[in-house]
Amino acid sequence: MSKSLISISDFTKEEILHVLETAREFEKDRVQNFLTGKVIGSLFFEPSTRTRLSFETAVNRLGARVIGFSDATNTSVSKGETLKDTIKMVSNYVDMIIMRHPLEGSSRYASEVASVPVVNAGDGANQHPSQTLLDLYSILQTQGRLEGLTINMVGDLKYGRTTHSLLQAMSHFNPTFIFTSPDELKMPAEYKTFLDERGIPYRETSSLEDGLNDCDILYMTRVQQERFTDPMEYEKVKDVYQLSARMLGGVRENMKILHPLPRVGEICEDVDDTPYAYYFKQAENGLYVRMAIISYLLGYR
Amino acid sequence: MTHSDKQLIVSALENGTVLDHIPSDRVFKALDILNLKDTGNRITIGINLTSRHLGKKGIIKISDTFFEDEELNKLALIAPNATVNIIRDFKVVEKRKLQMPAEVEGIAKCMNPKCITNHQPIRTRFTTICRGDEISLLCHYCEKITDNKGIY
Repeated sequence: MSKSLISISDFTKEEILHVLETAREFEKDRVQNFLTGKVIGSLFFEPSTRTRLSFETAVNRLGARVIGFSDATNTSVSKGETLKDTIKMVSNYVDMIIMRHPLEGSSRYASEVASVPVVNAGDGANQHPSQTLLDLYSILQTQGRLEGLTINMVGDLKYGRTTHSLLQAMSHFNPTFIFTSPDELKMPAEYKTFLDERGIPYRETSSLEDGLNDCDILYMTRVQQERFTDPMEYEKVKDVYQLSARMLGGVRENMKILHPLPRVGEICEDVDDTPYAYYFKQAENGLYVRMAIISYLLGYR
Repeated sequence: MTHSDKQLIVSALENGTVLDHIPSDRVFKALDILNLKDTGNRITIGINLTSRHLGKKGIIKISDTFFEDEELNKLALIAPNATVNIIRDFKVVEKRKLQMPAEVEGIAKCMNPKCITNHQPIRTRFTTICRGDEISLLCHYCEKITDNKGIY
C-alpha cells in the first residue's frame, strides 16, 4: 500500500525531521519542476481557503497539475455517491489525493480504498497533519531547534485539534507545556495522561498573563463558534483572551507568537508590528511544508 | 415425555460448546457476536439462572459447534468473565478463559456522531483499551474513544 499522511502519528520522529529539512530546501528555492507530468486530485468536500490554496500552490510550484473540486455540491456526491466510489474513481486518474471532508475518519478510510497516497487536509475536528508540520517548521525556524522548548498553548484546548496534534508531535522533543484556557475549555484528560505517561511536564492556568513571560512559543488559538452546541456557552468564553502589544513588555527575547489563523479577536492588530508576531510567516511556511509532504509521499525526497 | 427427559434435553450436550457466566442481559448480544442467529444447530440458552459469582447469569449451549479462539475472544468485550467448556461425548474435555482481543472488527458502533462509520457503509474497527475492569474502544477511523455503552 502506498504511504499516506492521515494523522501526525503516522510519521516517525525521523520522518517529521526529514520533511522539515526538505521544507527548508523549498523555502530557499520555491521554483521546482520535478513533478512535471503528475496530476494531483484536490478533493474538498468542505469549503476552505487557506489550506486548499496553499496545497494547490504547492502542487503547481512542484510542476504538477491539479484536478478536483472545492465544494461537493456540484459533484456526484450530491447524487448520493459513497465516499468509497468517489475515491476509487479519482484514484484511477491521479497520482495522489489531497482531501478535506467534514466527517471524522473519512481520510483514513479513503487511504484504505485508494490506490494512491492520500493526504489528509482536515477530517472534521479530528486531524490536520500538514498544519502540525508547518507549526513544527515555524518553531524550528524561529528557535533554531525543537528540543527542550516551553510551549504555551492558549484558548480552546478542549476542541482545538491543532493544539492536540501539536502536543503529540512535540512529545518527541522534550518540551514543557503551559496550558492557558478557561475552565470550560481545558485540555482533555486523555492528552494529559499521554504527557504523564511520557514524563512531560505541564501546568495549567486560566490567566494569559501568568505564563506569558515563561515561554518560547505562544501558540494562540481561536475559540471556534462552530464547535459549540450551546450559544450561551460560546458567549461566555469567546473573548476571554485578548493579547495586545502592551502585554509583551516582559517576554523572552526569542519568544514568537503562532496562530493557525483565522484570528477573530484574540490577537490585537498592534501585536502585528512587534518582533514577536510570526503568524503570517507561519502561514507562508505552510506552502514549503506542503511541497515537502507531497514530494516525500511520492518518493521524490 | 417424562420429567427426566425434559431435564436431559436442556442440560446435556453430547458434543459442542457451553458458554457460561455471561451476564444475563448480554446473552442475545453474545449470540449476535458469534453469528449464531442463522445456525442450523441446536442452541439452548438460559437467562437469569442463579450464579454464586454474578447473582444471576446467562448460559448458551451450542451443539456440534466448536469455535476458533479468535472468534470466542470477541465475547470478552461483553462478557470478560465468561468461561468456555468444550464437550465431547457428554464430558467436559476442555475449559477455557477468554482473552481480550487487541482489535475488534464489525462489532461495536462508534459513539462519535460525526464519525464516517456512522454515515457510510463501513465495517467498524477498534483497538481495545483495558483499564482495570473498564473496557473502552479507540476508533481506527475517527480516533475517538467509545466507552462500553457503544459495545452493549
